[in-house]
Amino acid sequence: MNFWERMYLPAIAKGLGITIRHFFKKIPTVKYPEVQRSYSKNFRGLHSLKRDEEGRERCTACGLCALSCPAEAITMIAAERTKEEEHLYREEKYAAVYEINMLRCIFCGLCEEACPKEAIYLDGPHVTAEYLRKDFIYGKDKLVEPVFDITKLNPEKTN
Amino acid sequence: MEGAFILEKLILVVVVFTISLVIAMYSTLAERKIAGFMQDRYGPNRAGFGGILQPLCDGGKFFFKEEIIPAGAHKPLFILGPTLAIITACISSAVIPWGQTLTIGGREVTLQVADINVGILYIFGVVALGVYGIMLGGWASNNKFSLMGAIRAASQSISYEIPMGLSIIALLMVTGTLSMGEIVAQQSGFVNWNIWVQPLGFLIFMVCAFAECNRVPFDLPECETELIGGYHTEYSSMKLGLYMFSEYINMFVSSALMAALYFGGYNFPFMYELGLSQNWITIIGVLAFFLKIFGFIFFFMWVRWTLPRFRYDQLMGLGWKILIPLAIANIVLTAVVIVVKDTYF
Repeated sequence: MNFWERMYLPAIAKGLGITIRHFFKKIPTVKYPEVQRSYSKNFRGLHSLKRDEEGRERCTACGLCALSCPAEAITMIAAERTKEEEHLYREEKYAAVYEINMLRCIFCGLCEEACPKEAIYLDGPHVTAEYLRKDFIYGKDKLVEPVFDITKLNPEKTN
Repeated sequence: MEGAFILEKLILVVVVFTISLVIAMYSTLAERKIAGFMQDRYGPNRAGFGGILQPLCDGGKFFFKEEIIPAGAHKPLFILGPTLAIITACISSAVIPWGQTLTIGGREVTLQVADINVGILYIFGVVALGVYGIMLGGWASNNKFSLMGAIRAASQSISYEIPMGLSIIALLMVTGTLSMGEIVAQQSGFVNWNIWVQPLGFLIFMVCAFAECNRVPFDLPECETELIGGYHTEYSSMKLGLYMFSEYINMFVSSALMAALYFGGYNFPFMYELGLSQNWITIIGVLAFFLKIFGFIFFFMWVRWTLPRFRYDQLMGLGWKILIPLAIANIVLTAVVIVVKDTYF
């Protein structure tokens, strides 16, 4: 190093220039709870089991989703629909138990693609944190979408 | 001594004390905010609007933390350490002239606590005492890392006080007085500022001020990567708070000192040409002085988030091999210029 370099001053001035430029730069941070970034359009989140326009579950427990699942996260037990259950299930066969293990699921969306009845979509938010592993096995209570009741709609809000 | 005089000085002392504490308090927030901005993030912004209440939360946290005095520590000295640090930090602001005179009800009030005729020597003495707080605290902790930090602090402040003193000597040759009040009063307007006649002296003084305040790039006494926390490794609760506070007050006082000695203190450009009354000149002057101080505090922080820490041998090398010869050269140069000026002009 020559004398001027050993004085450190030019290098220090250069460094100060860099930091002051960053001082005035736009900050890319998103202030999370107040500002939330929207998901991308093809975001694959939590699964939901869909209902048809009359509020009946679409799933017919064919097992194609479980078969296509590369992570083997889906289990189901099929049951036959009785006469009184026609307003609950669309097909004669339905899933009495339908469970997805969210720790196994890789959110690839192959179940969505495999489903012939358009019954399962990965259109939810993130899977929340839990304390126990067993709580990550989501049953129908968490997966089936709530009944859509047209009479409860607020006309002012919808249009 | 009349009662009004004592009252006036008491009020001034309380005001100066409060201001330095508040500035030290908000320096912590400013430091973190500036660090944030320089690293492309926001810094603390949750407590109050834009994080304005953050220092209060930090202070409150310090009070409620567990107070630990290590079993092997020398208890009286362990307590004396931070006490001494904060006291010396606070009393060094006594001789700084904050402004000219205010006329309140026919009474002239000088905005300086004590205009003693050896003001600069007083500051040097007090600053040199400040290192005792660090040394005692580090030694009394009975911890190797604390002791290392204390030793570093001691040798560092001794090494850097020499070039600091030498750079001041050159300044004194120009001003011809040791009184802070007179030095600042000489620099009226803009062209009379000492920075124009002593740029090298100012540079040396500033580097030494960084070292005396234990600020990056000279923060070896508390160097986290090597010494955990340095001299305050064993400290907790408000004792640690006092150490940090004294560091920030020291920074404030050093900034005030640099502004007063080299950047004209309360003087601002065109102060007499604008046709203002004396009180207004004083008030604007105080504001100008604080603006300069804040500028220096910002510079302290700016440098902190730019430069890495010196290695210890580099620190000593810079102090003894570069700054001291430079300061002596500065004295010689100043002397020659003064003699030539007095003889031929």
